[in-house]
Amino acid sequence: MKSLIMLLGFYPLTVVLAQQGQPPVITTTVNPAYLAANCTNCHGAKATVVPGSIPSLEGLQKEYVIEQMKAFREGRRPATIMHQLAKGYTDEQISLIAEYFAQKTAGK
Amino acid sequence: MKTSLQRRELLKFLAAGSASSLLSACVTHRSVASSSTKKLGHVIIVGGGWGGATAAKYLRVWSGGAINVTLIERNAQFVSCPLSNLVIGGSKKIQDITRDYSGLRALGVQVLIDEVTGIDPIKKQVSLQKISPLGYDRIIIAPGVDFLFDQIKGLDVKAQQTVLHAWKAGPQTVALRQQLEAMPNGGVFAISIPKAPYRCPPGPYERACQVAWYFKNYKPKSKVIILDANEEVTSKKGLFTKAWSEQYKGLVEYRNNWQATELETNSSFHTVVSDLGDKLKADVLNIIPPQRAANIAQQVGAINANNKWCDVNWVTMESTTVPGLHVLGDATLAASLMPKSGHMANQHGKAAAAAIVESFNGRTPQAMMMANTCYSFITDKDVVHVASVHRYDAAKKTMLALPITTGPALSTEPNALEGVYALSWAQTVWADMLG
Repeated sequence: MKSLIMLLGFYPLTVVLAQQGQPPVITTTVNPAYLAANCTNCHGAKATVVPGSIPSLEGLQKEYVIEQMKAFREGRRPATIMHQLAKGYTDEQISLIAEYFAQKTAGK
Repeated sequence: MKTSLQRRELLKFLAAGSASSLLSACVTHRSVASSSTKKLGHVIIVGGGWGGATAAKYLRVWSGGAINVTLIERNAQFVSCPLSNLVIGGSKKIQDITRDYSGLRALGVQVLIDEVTGIDPIKKQVSLQKISPLGYDRIIIAPGVDFLFDQIKGLDVKAQQTVLHAWKAGPQTVALRQQLEAMPNGGVFAISIPKAPYRCPPGPYERACQVAWYFKNYKPKSKVIILDANEEVTSKKGLFTKAWSEQYKGLVEYRNNWQATELETNSSFHTVVSDLGDKLKADVLNIIPPQRAANIAQQVGAINANNKWCDVNWVTMESTTVPGLHVLGDATLAASLMPKSGHMANQHGKAAAAAIVESFNGRTPQAMMMANTCYSFITDKDVVHVASVHRYDAAKKTMLALPITTGPALSTEPNALEGVYALSWAQTVWADMLG
């Protein structure tokens, strides 16, 4: 314990961090809401969507959204635009987006 | 030996555990303090267009109302540039593309209809025309573009009354429509396009299509002449040129490398002169002048690229020159293959909002993904698109378009289904930005 106190006195926090080559910052995982904000320009709230037009993603099952995105990406599901946009996202990102919308219920 | 091992272990322990606990403790303390006051800070946003309105909304939503947001906009209502060419073509009315700021007010955004006269980034203060200066913790400017009228000789204040740009949706959109309605069958409509980069790359070509659609149906002896300062059509080239050579055959004429530099007007027609001395007479002349980031960006010192645009940090959208100031939308020095579009500005607004929410909470902002979708109307119903996804490249410190190998993706041909989607997109994105 004595040596711990001595060491703490000897190595201030900033030095410790600098020696580890780490900037003194806290990393954070990407908030899925930020990622899903790529989608909401076109895919609106359930209550406001016009039938027969661009669907809302709110409340859709996670597995369904993941499968559709893969189908778009691999050309199995024809589309006007989604077969192109789907190629821009990784599996991990698609999974986060799908989970976000699955948990989002109308109006929230 | 033993001591040095203990030291090493201790250092690891400090770095991995204790150090971050200490930092977390600071953050926790700060969040507790802020949740007790319920306020994390005050953000002023200058400009209530596509970028500014989006940032206002998402700052409120993503902070759970803990960030005070003041949006300053000179116009009492929002008028959409996307779809405004349909008003010029006559298939939509200006009220179809006009919205108000009540949705943002309902979210707790303080919307001030006023004109910003100056920003002091040292004092962190904004001066306004109608009220006393306001202080801020962070400022976002989403000022759009201003026009370099002086690059076209003769395009003075008087000439600007009749030679319109209609490149900011609003009164000029309606006025240009009226000029087309007043033009006799057999008249010439000429549209002059500046060198890229300018706001909305496909916009001038869509406008040419919309005027051609109107002429084809109502004034078939008339003609659309496109005077493009660029070497070639800057966006959706194949799709537009096909439309002009097929469905608008004989109605549309395209001239490349035609840079308007001079203007002569009289009561009955206008003559526009190119840098090479070519002249063209038009009954209705629509000059889209060269552009740069709007004046307020220049005043605050954020214009630092080519004397025209604002270079930004693509993780936070912060100016690379002015600390604490974020720049959105058309005013930015665009990353590769990133168009100056409303949809893109919306994505910029979300990136800035996320970055500010993260920093106010003591966390490090992470780079956002950004997507662009840009529809152009060929007729009143048939539409084409260009789309792209952009990912931050940490090594290059910029956004790169994906898929990198193919670049932006296009429609195969104009179609009515995308016409339905384009109108749906407009309703949704307006709701996404305006609450």
